[in-house]
Amino acid sequence: MYNGSSLMNQNTDGSSGHISKEHREFLEQVRRNRIYVRVTQIALLILFFVVWEAAARSGIIDPFITSQPSRMFKTFIGLHNNGSLYMHIGYTLAETIGGFVSGTILGIVIAIVLWWSEFIAQVLDPYLVVLNSLPKIALGPIILVWIGAGAPAIITMALIISLIVTIIGVYNGFKQVDEDKIKLLKTFGATKFQVMQKVMLPASISTIVSAMKINVGLAWVGVIVGEFLVSKAGLGYLIVYGGQVFKLDLVMTSVIILAVLAALMYQFVSWVEGKLVKWQ
Amino acid sequence: MVVDDIIVSLRDVTKKFHTLEGETEAIKDLSLDVRRGEFVTIVGPSGCGKTTLLSLISGLIKPSRGEILLNGEKINGTSGNVGYMLQEDHLFKWRTILQNVYIGLEIKGAMTPENKKRTELLLDKYGLGEFKNHYPHQLSGGMRQRVALIRTLAVDPDILLLDEPFAALDYQTRLKVSDDIAAIIKREAKTAIMVTHDIAEAISMADRVVVLSKRPAEVKTIHDIVLSCEERTPIKCREAPEFRIYFNRIWKELDVHV
Repeated sequence: MYNGSSLMNQNTDGSSGHISKEHREFLEQVRRNRIYVRVTQIALLILFFVVWEAAARSGIIDPFITSQPSRMFKTFIGLHNNGSLYMHIGYTLAETIGGFVSGTILGIVIAIVLWWSEFIAQVLDPYLVVLNSLPKIALGPIILVWIGAGAPAIITMALIISLIVTIIGVYNGFKQVDEDKIKLLKTFGATKFQVMQKVMLPASISTIVSAMKINVGLAWVGVIVGEFLVSKAGLGYLIVYGGQVFKLDLVMTSVIILAVLAALMYQFVSWVEGKLVKWQ
Repeated sequence: MVVDDIIVSLRDVTKKFHTLEGETEAIKDLSLDVRRGEFVTIVGPSGCGKTTLLSLISGLIKPSRGEILLNGEKINGTSGNVGYMLQEDHLFKWRTILQNVYIGLEIKGAMTPENKKRTELLLDKYGLGEFKNHYPHQLSGGMRQRVALIRTLAVDPDILLLDEPFAALDYQTRLKVSDDIAAIIKREAKTAIMVTHDIAEAISMADRVVVLSKRPAEVKTIHDIVLSCEERTPIKCREAPEFRIYFNRIWKELDVHV
């Protein structure tokens, strides 16, 4: 009597014991394709470093300007041995996480306030538009003067860069929540707080996560720019310092460490997304 | 029927909407009484203010003039004594079926063990027990609409308002689900007001059909539906000899021009 066909489909998808020959071949092909892509990706990376190294050794490019993988590796080991590597990574990482987390949380809170009060949202609208188009980096010197050169200024830089995007993204997410879902809760007598808690936030999880993904990148930009300006410690400091004293080995090594860290952090956010969006 | 048995009473209700372009009168001097345990369907030309009528009864919006009584008391805002069922099921995809039907209880702060038990039993009773821990996307459209009904029943409302609850379903599912929903409402002895634009659906499910006029909506006629069929289920009722007579009469009254 009761139709459960959608459930049946789920159970037969791949997991059943007897798979036809054609289907096994199909699965095998998908798997093989995935391996090809991965192998090519890795080969490309290795090739890039090998060519770089070879070009530098044979004098086609000048390693003084371009650096070269072997020298970068030596630099890396050197930083590792004198322990400063972890100090710099620690600084940058802490600042980035600080800026990212505070920017995201503050952005969501302000978006909630805007949703709560249509009046505030209307009043602030033009200011948000202007602030959104303003290159936040231009505020760097002001922040330095006001907060003082140091980690707090760098975190503020990262926060400001990601704040407006978060507000606008999450607020628009709230506005896209189906009116009827809100209506439904109101018929049960829901308060505004309950509407936020039971519908707005859970329905906006994917918007919030995509805001977070953007913020990870923006927080790195804010921190590195901040470190360029303040320059006491951190990967941004290493890059600027290396550039000033023409130690390209140091610059390149720092950039690669930065790339790895940023990618790891992005992966972490994706992992969190998987945990949050478990119903799909 | 004794007069006391009137559960909802609309008295000279007028509702106007204001936009920058001007003022629209959606409902004008509308009076209607609904008896306890009755299934009333409301049909009317599209855009005549049927949904507005339900929103008024639910307390989501206030009438511009006139008053609406629920159990003899004037409605003032949403009370949670009214169960509202919309065109789409609006189950929350991030909640399991059980968590979905609990939502009304959560909002009313009534998550007592008895209420939770009773709600769970409703799921069992109407064939959804084994899907408690599933997510909505794993269920068919018809099942989801049944879950939506149980979600409103969970808070034990005095009256159910159904706003074209089957409009999003395909025709076959629609017939089946309207049978299921009607059976559940009858078994739970609930009063229901359903808005629809489907005349056949209106006749087959209702004790009374209210025909509204064009905007601003007024009550044009009310038909007491008496059908000679053995089982009073919507699908069976469509075979009753009187069905066609009601259909033609209401069709003429609706005066549809395309």
